[in-house]
Amino acid sequence: MSPLPTFSSMAPEAGLDRALALSRPDIIEEVKQSGLKGRGGAGFPTGMKWNFAAAAQADEKFIICNADEGEPGTFKDRVILQDHADLVFEGMTIAGKAVNAQEGIVFLRGEYTYLRPQLEAALAKRRKKGLLGKDILGSGLDFDIRIFMGAGAYICGEETALIEALEGFRGEPRNRPPFPVNTGFLGRPSVVNNVETLACAACIMQRGAAWWKAMGTEKSTGFKVFSISGDCGKPGVYEFPMGITVAQLLQEVAGVGAKAVQVGGASGLCIPASQFSRAIAFEDIPTGGSIIVFGQHRDMLDVLHNFLEFFVDESCGQCTPCRLGNGKLLEGVELLKEGKCSMAYLQELCALGDTMQIASKCGLGQSSPSAFLSVVKNFREELMGRTYSQV
Amino acid sequence: MSHTTILDTGSRAPKSQQSLSVPRSGSDEAIGGTVTASINGQDVKVPLGTTILAAAQKVGIRIPTLCHHPDLCVAGVCRVCVVEVEGQRTLQAACAFPITSPIKVLTHTQKVRQTRRHVIDLLLSEHYGECYACGRNNNCELQSLAKEYGVDFFRFGHPDKPKFEIDRSSYSVIRDNDKCVLCRRCVRTCIDLQEVGTIEVAGRSDKSYITTFKDKPLGEVVCINCGQCINRCPTGALRANDPTDEVWAAIDDPRKHVVIQTAPSPRAAIGECFGLPPGEPLTFELNTALRLCGFDRIFDTNFTADLTIIEEGTELILRLYKALVAKDPDIALPQFTSCSPGWVKYLEHFYAQYIPNLSSAKSPQQMFGAVIKTYYAEKHGIDPKDIVTVALMPCSAKKFECNRSEMDDSGFKDVDYGLTTRELAKMISEAGLELPKLPKSDFDAPFGTATGSGVIFGATGGVMEAALRTVIELVTGAKVENLFEKANIIPVRGFEGVKYVELPITQVGPVPDILKHLVPDWEWLKGATLKVAVAHGTANARKVMEDIKAGGKFSQCHFIEFMGCPGGCIGGGGQPIPTSPEIRSARAKAIYAEDAGYEVRKSHENPDVVTIYKEFLTDGPCGHKSHKLLHTRYVARGKYIE
Repeated sequence: MSPLPTFSSMAPEAGLDRALALSRPDIIEEVKQSGLKGRGGAGFPTGMKWNFAAAAQADEKFIICNADEGEPGTFKDRVILQDHADLVFEGMTIAGKAVNAQEGIVFLRGEYTYLRPQLEAALAKRRKKGLLGKDILGSGLDFDIRIFMGAGAYICGEETALIEALEGFRGEPRNRPPFPVNTGFLGRPSVVNNVETLACAACIMQRGAAWWKAMGTEKSTGFKVFSISGDCGKPGVYEFPMGITVAQLLQEVAGVGAKAVQVGGASGLCIPASQFSRAIAFEDIPTGGSIIVFGQHRDMLDVLHNFLEFFVDESCGQCTPCRLGNGKLLEGVELLKEGKCSMAYLQELCALGDTMQIASKCGLGQSSPSAFLSVVKNFREELMGRTYSQV
Repeated sequence: MSHTTILDTGSRAPKSQQSLSVPRSGSDEAIGGTVTASINGQDVKVPLGTTILAAAQKVGIRIPTLCHHPDLCVAGVCRVCVVEVEGQRTLQAACAFPITSPIKVLTHTQKVRQTRRHVIDLLLSEHYGECYACGRNNNCELQSLAKEYGVDFFRFGHPDKPKFEIDRSSYSVIRDNDKCVLCRRCVRTCIDLQEVGTIEVAGRSDKSYITTFKDKPLGEVVCINCGQCINRCPTGALRANDPTDEVWAAIDDPRKHVVIQTAPSPRAAIGECFGLPPGEPLTFELNTALRLCGFDRIFDTNFTADLTIIEEGTELILRLYKALVAKDPDIALPQFTSCSPGWVKYLEHFYAQYIPNLSSAKSPQQMFGAVIKTYYAEKHGIDPKDIVTVALMPCSAKKFECNRSEMDDSGFKDVDYGLTTRELAKMISEAGLELPKLPKSDFDAPFGTATGSGVIFGATGGVMEAALRTVIELVTGAKVENLFEKANIIPVRGFEGVKYVELPITQVGPVPDILKHLVPDWEWLKGATLKVAVAHGTANARKVMEDIKAGGKFSQCHFIEFMGCPGGCIGGGGQPIPTSPEIRSARAKAIYAEDAGYEVRKSHENPDVVTIYKEFLTDGPCGHKSHKLLHTRYVARGKYIE
């Protein structure tokens, strides 16, 4: 693969310097032009999000960095915060200028508490350098960042649940609309961006939209940070251009010969070997960066069992389909493992999975059946042999 | 860098339980302009921000709901009301989706119906219990949904054993979490509508459940017993503590003399339990039913409502006299009404420092109990230990009130059992009586005469109106009709959350005989302005109390009526289910219509009241005897739990 420009190759504060000299609409236009899409997994166009928040009328606005990285198999934000925190803070400051927000909040995953001292130190250093606080670098921009610790709930990665938790309530998703860009933290317009998205925005401000767009695919521009784990020779955190195929990726991480690859974490899709030529991009297989490789010896029911246990534990319990649906799917997997699930019931559970995808209140319940549905679809033979009628 | 995270809102409900830009149902407060929505191909023009649910209603399409309630903020959690919205990948909750641009909605497609069925199937898979062994059989929203969506088997199973213990610790409210569908209406009722916050969701996912502080029994936490949660529970997860078995046992015991008093609000609402539309009072049919059920005497709570007015009004006059003439700085003003036990307990918990402001007069229910076991027992030669007093009330908090340890001034438990409207309706059905078809009959002597003032106690503002009718006449010597047409004091009526009224006293009359021993003349009131206020529902009470704490205009009031429940007693926690602003309004209309039909409409003109002061409470209102029997004391409970 061709050498990629990476976060490590960025010049410190060059993006911020450029943004401070630009007008708000110009900053947003640049991000829009780049085609940058949210790196948390949902892939919402970042420029559009910033534009909505910029257009909203309010006395106060907020930039919230979603560092509640909780998707099973994801650990790329941890590495970004560890090695490139300044790039993230730079991105937040640029976003602050773009939407006219004066306060940034990093919602840091409870399990990452150990990162807090070094992040606080980085913030203090930035304040000292005049990169945060009043009149940043003499530009007239006021912006500062504080860190808020999450308490360990997966659901708080969902942006409205995150805001609820920030406000001191139980972390549960809100009804949308209204969206956070209009009615977010404390009812004020708020941009919630993933750690990586903000770092990418800083890179784009530095090198320009055209540079960013030259990487990746037409609809999924730029490069992406992946956390790769499972049955492969070289697990770790990687930067690849968007659009990389599963096969190419397996080549890079010494995972050739895998039985399946889970793209997008527990809530993502389970891709069988026959589909390894598919591209990892928003137009094909979307991902927030979690890649889990499964070797030939893995029982897909064990994989599902593990994922579903996770969702049964992590659903907030607010809406019916997610609160109870995940449990039914888990029971179904257990029945399958015991050879006690009939074909008819398996079909019923797939229909339930479809219902969860369209009727759950937030992204958690809408995506939690994905693994179940894709395993049933893609590993039909493996499963069918274990339904009741054929035991 | 610091930031205050205090929300500038009176509401304590989490935002996740609200859809921020959705106007509250019942109000057409548009953000401005209208928008056209196509619902199943029918176009409808609605104010911007109207929900899909409300828009569909306009074109005659009923979208099923479960967590939605017209009194509560939006939740969007049950997902029963999901619909297809063109351009949206997922289905949208009709109750939570505000229409802000032209949209096309399909409400009953195959996809939607299958989804609803799945949601119902999932709820049933966790809903323990059999319908015929449930108090909400035939009045259960989950049951109706199951019927509507053709549930004929338990697709995802059905629990065969309970997960929770039934919490019977409260005198008023029983919680059965096994029947809970986690719609959270009770939580929103408690936190948002009443601003009490007794119950919340705890735990996550399928382990989440509704609970109290530290899972303590309801009887041990800060609960005001208002029962508003019961009225809004779609299933049988919340119910009132039902003493009908004990009441039947007393009726069937030949040694017991069972006396029932009936309050006006249940009489105005009980017809709903027999299929009548709200607002058709069955006061006199009920008397017949109660006789046929076997009650020995049937009295009208209005009698002691009138007595309450005399006692509480006298207390107010005494307070004003001591404060204004004797300049006693220790006199607590404004005086607060004390007839709503939900409000009383709310104050005892949250504003205990204001207990001196509470009128010491007992509620009409408790006064009646004391009077029956003393005056009535004496007069009729019945041993009070053989008397069982039952009170038909619209209220679950009355069950707690009659069990308060202070309430035994007659030497016995003043009121033995409090029955709700729903419970009595059940007894009447059990006795095979078709209440609406029964002939009318009167109340029993010696408390047979009631006034319109007693009747209107049932609606918010009613106690104040009754008090004003009496106080105005006793002080000015003139007819209240001279000030207010037909003695209808309209400014204190209606469902506005907090009402404030000023009444200048321009003339005074002679002191009536009944008060002569207390004040020499009224000259000290001449030229004064009587300031009164009315608040209903504890959320509104809280607003007034906070204003008083801050020294605002309500701290300058002389007399404030507080009712624990929204709408007053007609919206009480013991009233028929369902409830809504429209239903409560219909009940209130019935109450005021009944008042208008009374010959005597002022408490001090009630001949039976005059008689009891002549025969029994001979040292007059707020005298020694009335203090012993008709007044009470309160407990500073505080809001912290051990």
